[in-house]
Amino acid sequence: MSKNLSRRTFLGAAGAGMMAVGLAACSSGGGSGSASGSSAASGGAGDGKVYWLNFKPELDEAAQSLAAKYTEETGVPVKVVTAASGTYQQTLIAEMDKSEAPTLFIIGNAAGVKEWGDYAMDLKGTAIEAELTTDAYNLYDAAGKLVSMGYCYECYGIVANPDLIEKAGHKMDEIKDFESLKAVAEDIHARAGELGFDAFVATDMDDSSSWRVTGHLANLEYYYEEQDSGAFDENTSEITGKYLPNYKNIYDLMINNSLVEPTALATGGHDPSTQFTKGEAAFFLTGSWDYAALSEAQPNVQMIPYYCGVEGEDKAGLNCGTENCWAVNANAPEADQQATIDFMVWLVSNADASAALVEQLGILPYKNAAPSTNGFLNNAADYSDKGCYVMDWATNYQPNVDQYRAALVSALNAYNSDQSDANWDAVKTAFVDGWATQWAAANK
Amino acid sequence: MVTKNSVRTATRRWSPLFLGPVVAAFIIGFVWPFLQGIYLSFCNFKTTSNAEFIGLGNYAEAFADASFQHSFWYTAATAVVSLVLINVLAFLIAYMLTQSIKGSNIFRTVFFMPNLIGGIVLGYIWSMIFDGILAAYNTSILLNTTYGFWGLIILMCWQQIGYMMIIYIAGLQAVPEDMLEAAKIDGAGKWQTLIKVVIPNVMPAITICMFLSLTNGFKLFDPNLALTGGLPFIIQPDGSTINTTEMMALNIYNTFYTAGAASRGVAQAKAVLFFILVAGLGLSQLAYTRKREVQQ
Repeated sequence: MSKNLSRRTFLGAAGAGMMAVGLAACSSGGGSGSASGSSAASGGAGDGKVYWLNFKPELDEAAQSLAAKYTEETGVPVKVVTAASGTYQQTLIAEMDKSEAPTLFIIGNAAGVKEWGDYAMDLKGTAIEAELTTDAYNLYDAAGKLVSMGYCYECYGIVANPDLIEKAGHKMDEIKDFESLKAVAEDIHARAGELGFDAFVATDMDDSSSWRVTGHLANLEYYYEEQDSGAFDENTSEITGKYLPNYKNIYDLMINNSLVEPTALATGGHDPSTQFTKGEAAFFLTGSWDYAALSEAQPNVQMIPYYCGVEGEDKAGLNCGTENCWAVNANAPEADQQATIDFMVWLVSNADASAALVEQLGILPYKNAAPSTNGFLNNAADYSDKGCYVMDWATNYQPNVDQYRAALVSALNAYNSDQSDANWDAVKTAFVDGWATQWAAANK
Repeated sequence: MVTKNSVRTATRRWSPLFLGPVVAAFIIGFVWPFLQGIYLSFCNFKTTSNAEFIGLGNYAEAFADASFQHSFWYTAATAVVSLVLINVLAFLIAYMLTQSIKGSNIFRTVFFMPNLIGGIVLGYIWSMIFDGILAAYNTSILLNTTYGFWGLIILMCWQQIGYMMIIYIAGLQAVPEDMLEAAKIDGAGKWQTLIKVVIPNVMPAITICMFLSLTNGFKLFDPNLALTGGLPFIIQPDGSTINTTEMMALNIYNTFYTAGAASRGVAQAKAVLFFILVAGLGLSQLAYTRKREVQQ
């Protein structure tokens, strides 16, 4: 999931500082509390310790309690600090400078590998690597070092509410490609007054929501380009934008068949997630991390692929990938590295621990982990079983991701207020030329 | 017997104990980070403890950066316009409230209160107010540079006028009664009294207010971040952007945090340039206005 550095989340930054202090206080308190236990049990545990800098705020509670449990069981002190939403980068820069730097941290995408790869040890041949079921979510650097490994994966696409679609006189099976999606969405929008709900929720362009289109939806363009010219990696210095018209198809459909007028999207504040759970609209762009919240209110929710009008898209599946990849600090003492890897193995193989993680993360790609409970990830698996292609997260290779996306937001804002060709050309410039410019800036 | 000398010796002996903590805190919290910041502006770095010296390259890049140049002119315009508006309005309100108006204490409190609200909160509140109005015209403060500029000016006035007003009120109350009375007896009108007697006497307050509002204008960060965050951008043909409502502090922040690790040294160089600019401007303005103060 995208973590934009943003003016909205800057609000959280002050809170982040306080939270970090609070958490540090908690965990050091816990540490000293367990110090006596640790000295008693330290016989087999060695003297390593673990400091996990966690990047998912929603995982914090589970992570803290798992850390405490692990310390109780093994005597190894584990400290967990969670960066507040959108402030991971700042927190990591600050924490990595300290003498007690994180031993376990997150390198989630190509930009992260470029920036923090030197700080990560090679995980090849470690005990945690042996636990993996797939190599698909691992990140390597140019030299082939296994920099970080996925500890969960996610999928995104268009979440649909089958109950509303049926109420409008359509069936989920009808939606097989862009044409059919468009027909259903436009029909619902045209009759919104009579039905009492609309097709799409608001596509807000403030920082709490713009990543849905500047990050996730953009993936369809990158993915189909990959099919033409090979998979993206950190050396993908430019893109062609060949499938941008397909992006525009679905983007136009979304903003013009929505609860909210396109001109009102720039400042945001419409809370699309609540619009969806309240049953005000049938379609919503989001991902598997929202399953618990959405299915509680709308139990039959399903996720469908980004249908955008490319050839053969009846075989499209969901966008699967992750930015949740664990890296182990290369500069940490060996004992700490070993303790960290032991802790990771315990997290993904212990029945209770992995079940607690699965509840928060959806699925763990490890041999002995608890099975998934997430409906959207099960949708993704169903598509794969039917022989549909998985769309990988080429989005992760967006260069200087925050600046690249900020430019897109600005261009899309202008387009939303006036859907002219000139304004779309600016979107195209930000999308295609922006990629090359930001890549050059990041690789100078 | 306590002599002058023994007091002096004791002071000398014990002064490090009393000065020490403050000096240490000042060095740890200000001098050292400041010097390290200057050093880092000549370096290429990801984390501050792991920097590689590269000379003046960062400065060359900072000067060549079109978005930084734009942010300089935008900041200068904002600072000058806000300086004039804030001081004129603050002085007028202070002048009115020092005449005997009923309830002037309540007014003073009310005008001062916006200053107690933080910049981020103000930014969001005002963005809601502006967009509430602009939505009726199918636009937004995020879509138009002019709206963004005047929006920020309105916000700054709203926030700072009350504060400057308090300083002006203090200055106005310190104008000697006998001078005013002498002017009256000599037949000076209200206008002449204001120009020839009152203003020269409140020059110290004007100095301090101009100094404060100029540096406030240049250093402005959080309302800028919260109100527009630099939007709208001009998308240049090569895909790079000029963030049209981005002030210098925000430009430095964005360079440091969003332009990737390769740009952190450049951001640091921009920050050093920014310091020199603000310090230089502030000091020269202070020196200039000081000359015009009258000694009472």
